[in-house]
Amino acid sequence: MEAIRQLELEQMRMDLPDFLPGDTVRVHVKIKEGDKERIQVFQGVVISKRKGGIGSSFTVRKVSYGVGVERVFPFHSPIIDHVEIVTRGRVRRAKIYYLRKLRGKAARIREKRFN
Amino acid sequence: MSKGLIGKKLGMTSIFTTDGQFVPVTVIQAGPCVVTQIKTEANDGYNALQLGFGEKKVAKTSLPQQGHFKKSGGNCYGFLREVAVEDPEQFSVGQSLGPDLFKVGELVDVVGSTKGRGFSGVMKRHKFGGGRATHGGKCHRIPGSIGTSAWPSKVAKGKKMPGRYGVDRKTIHNLEVIDVRPEDNLILVKGAVPGHTEALVMIQKLKFAKN
Repeated sequence: MEAIRQLELEQMRMDLPDFLPGDTVRVHVKIKEGDKERIQVFQGVVISKRKGGIGSSFTVRKVSYGVGVERVFPFHSPIIDHVEIVTRGRVRRAKIYYLRKLRGKAARIREKRFN
Repeated sequence: MSKGLIGKKLGMTSIFTTDGQFVPVTVIQAGPCVVTQIKTEANDGYNALQLGFGEKKVAKTSLPQQGHFKKSGGNCYGFLREVAVEDPEQFSVGQSLGPDLFKVGELVDVVGSTKGRGFSGVMKRHKFGGGRATHGGKCHRIPGSIGTSAWPSKVAKGKKMPGRYGVDRKTIHNLEVIDVRPEDNLILVKGAVPGHTEALVMIQKLKFAKN
């Protein structure tokens, strides 16, 4: 068991910032085209974070040309270059799936205030 | 070259490869396996290595076995298994073998005993479909009819029925070696292998090479 924990610890990404559901993030993803590598940015709202050690993941949702797009990223994946936090959102649940049913003004998330 | 190793299944996890793939792996502690006896064509009729694996207290080992282990250094081992070998002259008694026998990307066979399920019904043991759960169905997990009536007035031999299930020797062929760590005696193979965690498994070179 100790060996497995050690294996997982080696792989884990400790450099990603601590974002929460409701936050708007920019995920910089490495994309390989042939032998070239470039970086694509996926910006949206984090609607869920799934904890599970090395199998942790998070879902980012954005609305692109009126179509909702969701992308699930493995949290510890080496294809993630880095993650920027754009805004901190104030939400009252851990999984904000209700955002899928909302459009336009209703789909806004209040910004978190730090006093 | 030795054709196999003894190992202990430590459990499963997943690993990211360099190109970002998330691969399920089984972690096996393969070694140190110590050569306790060398069998040769001239002496025994076939070529093989007897490998010892897993510590065992000297006080718990029988005297005849202690005598046997004395030839390979005096350490006692809980498990002894034979592996085939082509050239037994290359090995010496007391030599320690580790997972560096296998290379990353190589395909291997893994042999082990499956988990014991005790006395199981036909749905678990033979993957029967079972009966209706609802709409008045009363035979949920039973096998149903086991044969015909006056002719032949007996049940066909080998009819699948409930019974003891599990603890069978099973071989999983063609598992890819994802990583080898000789310093920790670890070997990571893709996918699942038979048995519970801490179970004894044999990792072997391919029996039937893939074309």
